[in-house]
Parts: sequence; C-alpha cells; structure tokens
Amino acid sequence: MELNQYLEVFIEESKEHLQSCNERLLDLEKNPEDINIVNDIFRSAHTLKGMSATMGYEDLASLTHQMENVLDAIRNHKLSVTPEILDVVFQAVDDLEAMVFSIADGGDGKRNVTEVVEKLKLIEKGESPLQVQSQAEAAATTTAAESTTSTFKSEYDEFEYTVLEQSKEQGFEAYEITIALREDCLLKAARVYMVFEVLEKVGEVIKSTPPVDQLEEEQFDQEFTVSIVSKENQEDLKKIIMKVSEVEKVEINAISLGDIRNKQETTEASSEEESKKTVEATTNSDVPVETEQKKQTSTTKQASNKTIRVNIERLDILLNLFEELVIDRGRLEQISNDLKNQELHETVERMSRITGDLQNIILNMRMVPVETVFNRFPRMVRQLARDLGKKVNLEIIGAETELDRTVIDEIGDPLVHLIRNALDHGLETPDVRKANGKHEEGTVVLKAFHSGNHVFIEIDDDGAGIKKQKVLEKAIKNGIINEQTASTLTDKEVFELIFASGFSTADKISDVSGRGVGLDVVKNTIESLGGAISIESREGKGSTFSIQLPLTLSIISVMLVEIEKEKFAVPLSSIIETAIVKKDEILNAHNQKVIDFRGKVVPLLFLKDIFQVPSQEEEDEFYSVVIVRKGDKMAGLIVDSFIGQQEVVLKSLGNYLTNVFAISGATILGDGQVALIVDCNALIK
Amino acid sequence: MAETLTEDIKFIVFQLKEKEYAIPVNKVNSIEKIEHITRVPGLTPYVKGVINLRGVVTPIIDLRLRFGLDEIKYTESTRVIIISFDDMEVGLIVDAANDVIDVNMNSIEPQPEVVGVEEAEYISGVAKIDKRLLILLDLEKILNRDEIRSDSKIEG
Repeated sequence: MELNQYLEVFIEESKEHLQSCNERLLDLEKNPEDINIVNDIFRSAHTLKGMSATMGYEDLASLTHQMENVLDAIRNHKLSVTPEILDVVFQAVDDLEAMVFSIADGGDGKRNVTEVVEKLKLIEKGESPLQVQSQAEAAATTTAAESTTSTFKSEYDEFEYTVLEQSKEQGFEAYEITIALREDCLLKAARVYMVFEVLEKVGEVIKSTPPVDQLEEEQFDQEFTVSIVSKENQEDLKKIIMKVSEVEKVEINAISLGDIRNKQETTEASSEEESKKTVEATTNSDVPVETEQKKQTSTTKQASNKTIRVNIERLDILLNLFEELVIDRGRLEQISNDLKNQELHETVERMSRITGDLQNIILNMRMVPVETVFNRFPRMVRQLARDLGKKVNLEIIGAETELDRTVIDEIGDPLVHLIRNALDHGLETPDVRKANGKHEEGTVVLKAFHSGNHVFIEIDDDGAGIKKQKVLEKAIKNGIINEQTASTLTDKEVFELIFASGFSTADKISDVSGRGVGLDVVKNTIESLGGAISIESREGKGSTFSIQLPLTLSIISVMLVEIEKEKFAVPLSSIIETAIVKKDEILNAHNQKVIDFRGKVVPLLFLKDIFQVPSQEEEDEFYSVVIVRKGDKMAGLIVDSFIGQQEVVLKSLGNYLTNVFAISGATILGDGQVALIVDCNALIK
Repeated sequence: MAETLTEDIKFIVFQLKEKEYAIPVNKVNSIEKIEHITRVPGLTPYVKGVINLRGVVTPIIDLRLRFGLDEIKYTESTRVIIISFDDMEVGLIVDAANDVIDVNMNSIEPQPEVVGVEEAEYISGVAKIDKRLLILLDLEKILNRDEIRSDSKIEG
C-alpha cells in the first residue's frame, strides 16, 4: 500500500489533534461562551476527518463528522454548551482515540460507534429548535469546507471566512495581494518580513500562501500571496508595498465574500444561517481578529523551533554505536598515555572533548517533556471528579520539565494511581469541605521540577490528609505491624505503611481506587526506575506525594570499587559516603559485624563473601567501607579499594542471565572490560 | 529445528575433547577469540561470566563444563561461538572452531542410545559425513535457563 508510508504520520498527527481536542474541550467547559475555543476544536476535528477519510478509515471519519455537526451547532449558537453535551463529545473523543490506537497497533480502526453517533444526533436534534435546517446546514457547511476550489490563489477555511466577513461589516476591505520579488533578490525572507511589517501597519494579515513559516524559510519561488483586511484603498496599498526594495510587482484583488461562498457551493439556507451568526457575533467581533494575529505570532515562534520525528529505536542504535566509540576512546587514551607522543596526545584529548559534547547531545535527544504524560490528566481528573461528585481544580506546573524517554514511558501508570488516590481518598466532598471551612472546590497540584541529577514530581492536594490513627489501626488489623511497634513509629514511618501491600484505608471501596492493590505497586515501579517516593501529610490540610526520579536510565554515576582483581560499580544514588575503618573498630552484634558510624550502628557486608570472589586470605589492618542506604536503612559494603567516581552506561546482562542476585546490570569500562553494577537494594533487607 | 528439510544445511563444526560437534550456521552470529571474561557471582560454574562483545554484554558458557567434561586452560585455538537463540545471545567456549560443512538432512540420524554420557541429553542427532561423525547440538536444552537458577540456589 502506498498509504503505508503516511500511516505513521497520520497516527502521530491524529493523536496530536485528539489531544488538542481534549485540551480545548476542557477549556470550553470553563468558558462555555468562548466561541474561539469551539472553532479550535472544530478545526482539529475537521482536519482529523479529512485525514482519516484520505487514509480510508470510514468509521473514524463518520464519527468525526457527527461530532463536527454538534460543534458547528454550538458555534452557530444553536446549541449552548452544557456539561451533558460535553460528556457526549468527550465520549466521542474517547472513541476516536480508541480507534486511532487500534490503528496504531496494526488494527483496522473499526469500532462500534452507533451509540455515540445516536447521542450526537439526538443532541443536534433535541436541543436545536431548527432541527431539520440545522442538520442540512451542518452537512452543507462541512461538505462545503471540504470541496473548496476557488479562482483565488488562497483558499479560506470557515474560520478565516468568518474573520473576513466580520471585518467587512466593520468597514474594512479585504484584499488578496500577490507580491513578486525580483529574481536576483538575495534575502527573500528579509523582504517578506518587511512586506509583512508594512502590511501590519495598515491592516490585519489574515492568511498567506505559502504559510508564514515556509515564507520565513524561503520555501517559495518569487511570488507569494497575502490576504489582508485594511481600510486603505488598493492604490495606496500597492504604493506602500512597492516601497519595500526588491519588490518586482504587486497585484491586488479585492476579495468579495460572495465569490468565496459561491465557490463553496453553499445552499441558500446556510447563508441565511451564516448571516444570522454574524449578526450575533459582531458584538465581540474584535476578538477573532486578535486571535488570528496571535496565531500568526505563534506560528512564527514554532518556525524557529523545528522538529523532526525520529524512531526511538534509531536513537537507541545511535546511543549504542556511540557507546562503542566511548570505549575505543578509552583505549586510545590509554595508548596515548603509554606512547607519550605529544601530537597523538593532543588529538586524543580533542577527540575526548568532542565525544563528551556528542554524548550530551545524544542523551538530550532522548529527553521528552513530562507534558506528554501530564496532558492526559486534566481529562481524567474531570471525569473522575464527575464520577465522585467532587469539585476539583487541577493545576499543572512545570510540564516542560524533561525526562528520559524510558522513564516517561514507565511513570504514567504510577502517576495515574496517585492522582486517583488524591481525588478519591484525599479530597473531601463539597459539603464536607464547606463544613470544614474550606473552599468547595478542592485543588490538586501536579508539579514537576529539576533538582541536581534528579527530577521531582509532586502531587499535592488540599484534602483531608492522612489520618495517622486510622492507618495504624488498619496496619495492625492487617497484620502489617504489631501494636508494640506501632507506638514507636514516627509520622513518616506511619505514612510509609500505606505503601505496604494489602493496605487500603478508604472506608468504602469505590471502583476508582481502594482495593488496596496499588500503592505498593506504585512504590515498586518507582524504585525499579531508580527513584524514590515519600509522603508528607497534615491531617485536615492535605498531603503531598513526592516522587524523585533519575534524569536518565541509560547513564548513571557510579563509584568503581575493586575486590581482588574484580571491579564492581556501586550506584552513587545509594551511596551515603565512603570510609576507612580500623579493624578493631568493628564490633560484633548477634553474629553480625557492625560499625559505629556517626552514632548509628551500621551492619557490615563483606562483598568478597557475598560475591564469592576467589581470594587469598590476607587480612588487612584497615577496611574500605562504602556506606549505602535503602530508604532509612544503611549498610556498609566492605571492598578492597576505591577506584573512583565515573559516569557509566548502564547495560543489561542479556536475556540469558536474568535475576542474578544483587547485580542490577553491567557496564563497559574504558579498557573494554565489563564491570558489574551492584544492586544495593537487594543487599539490604 | 529444521530436520524435516531434505536439502543441505550449513553447519559450523567445532572441537571439544577430540570430538566434533556442529551447530547450524544460521544460529551462529560470529566466532570470537577468547578475551577477558568478567565473572558473575552466584551462578552455576559452567556460566563463566560475561564479555564485552562490541558493546553488548554477552554471557559465556563453557561447553566443557556444561557437558561435565574436565576444564582445560584456554589456548590460542580456544574460540567463543556467539549464538543467538530464542532472543538470547550467548557465547559458547569450545576448544577450536575451524570448519563449515554442508550436511544433507537425510544423513542425520537420531542420537544413538548410549548410556550414561552427560552430554547425551544435549544432542539432537548425529551426522556421518565421509569418515567424520558430527554431533548435532540441541541449543534449546543447552540454554535451558531453569538450570542456572536452580543450580545457583543449591550453591548459594
């Protein structure tokens, strides 16, 4: 199939359009009167419809079409936005999403959507007094928009048409200006910019063909066309533009709206509707023009930030190849040190610097803003809040914070879980909140930020907080702790209990959360990513779940240590510090060797024994100890010597060797040898 | 495996204690000289550890130990045959590997009923070519992973 090559683009773009539908629908819910938002959604839906029809996904196209009809009715003020309508539209978007995902997974994108389609149709009919007409109208405009063929150089979509129409009513004239630059013009983009600048002084630029971003990149021959609304007359406009140097020719045509309409084969009925709409819309007719301008500036910004889509697999291959390069670089460095040749030494040093920069770039390429995970939450929170009968305001801060792709892929589910918890267990119902003197609407803040080599994600709610006593009772009842230890626990330790498996504090079990499977899974997932989770909570004020994540999973900082002739790497994230202790400082406690480390008793682990390193018994007077931690627990790993700190590329041991005790992976050192990475979490019980 | 075919299949031939063994060439990724092996603790003795195979960490099995033969010092002719099977990439240490042979599938016979040899359970058949007797290996059994785990449990 020839279409196959476009499939990937289609899927990606569909997802983007659906996402923007989702986002704008949420905006719409907050500002039901804002027709601009409806227009945005309409455009997304329309593009989606066109794309899916081209690709041959009929179900997708027909559902989008139905959705469009409803949206069209809304923006023509035949329907007003109500939560019920939005629910159905959301449902439709959900179905669309399911279909797109089915296509992405290699399916045919078919799905039974009759129910939603029926609902959409009902909305269209039930709410609209002009039922037959509205349907005819909606159908007409949508087909019309699709089949735009005009004698004009530019085509206008519904939105642009509306802008033109409104401007005319305010006494502006609309022109289509074709500007030709001289053939020997060197800085075409600069001339384009100057033309736009003079035009924007006398009017509003509505559209340009090719689009602004292409113009800025000089992706046009000698000619381009700009549509503008202005109060100046044709002659003056021409003179103004000709003042820009290197402009060869200016051709101006007045745009007559009737012409465009005729070209769009619109029925009588719809133009009536159309004019009615304009009458209603003129009251705030300045707004659309303004947004159009904003749109222009935003496209300009995007143009400077160009992107291409790259398959993540290719990036992985690139990273792998690069790692090999790093290993060879290590060898070269060694050789050059041995040879002591000045020139060789300089070259190798230069190469080292360049590969260092390269490494940063490659790793940065794998970084994705957390936005890709966060952007599905507003939708989810809205639905949940409705299901639970709570009022929730979700604030998202720091969505631009970047994380490694592999971390992003894993972090979604735990976050979903925590947010569900915050809504279900954390926030109170509106009447309870009122009774407690709080604002009816609860606030959940989702915040991401960088700090050092870590990214923090916090989920903060102003709900009821964790009731310490309740947690304790439950933990005792479920046999997680006994009553004696219960009295000795600190607040923090009590909160930690809710991460234990088989724990659920909600009095009533809802389908949202509260089956007690979950928080332990959340904790495990985060720890398997090399991260940590902690809770702060004040009863009656709310709780904060804080997740700490490593920036990347593929490169970690380690401390290299030596045991006999073998080298091991201990992740820096679990090291507290290193120490040298005298043999007689080691104490015995219950057959366990311990040391007194800054007032704390720390058990010692002899890595030589744990890893069965073949060795000649040779007792040293001093021990090198790496103090590591897991949560609040500590242990001292006894090694022969410290080599130093290093950034290494984390590798797996392959599919053959899985679940090796206390080894989480391997890395390749500068000399080409493999060093194993110690899993401190497994060593501390 | 591909025993049902009646055409010629290429096999890599290697030596292990004076006997000749064969692995289908399409399962073999490469043949390497032996380099530094990093020991991985807590594994059964026949898994010698891992090597750096052009940036990929690859586990290494000593076939002599796997078959219960006595271990010998690695020599100049010692080779590591890198095989990929069932999503796993593993290196097999052998005494020498220096031949590729076409074997007609008809000439392959099921393994003869010999008593008591430990390697017998890893054999999928034998092929007689001229005067040579090639022992065809059952990679699935050699790479059986249950054994690494259970062995390691007994050990540690």
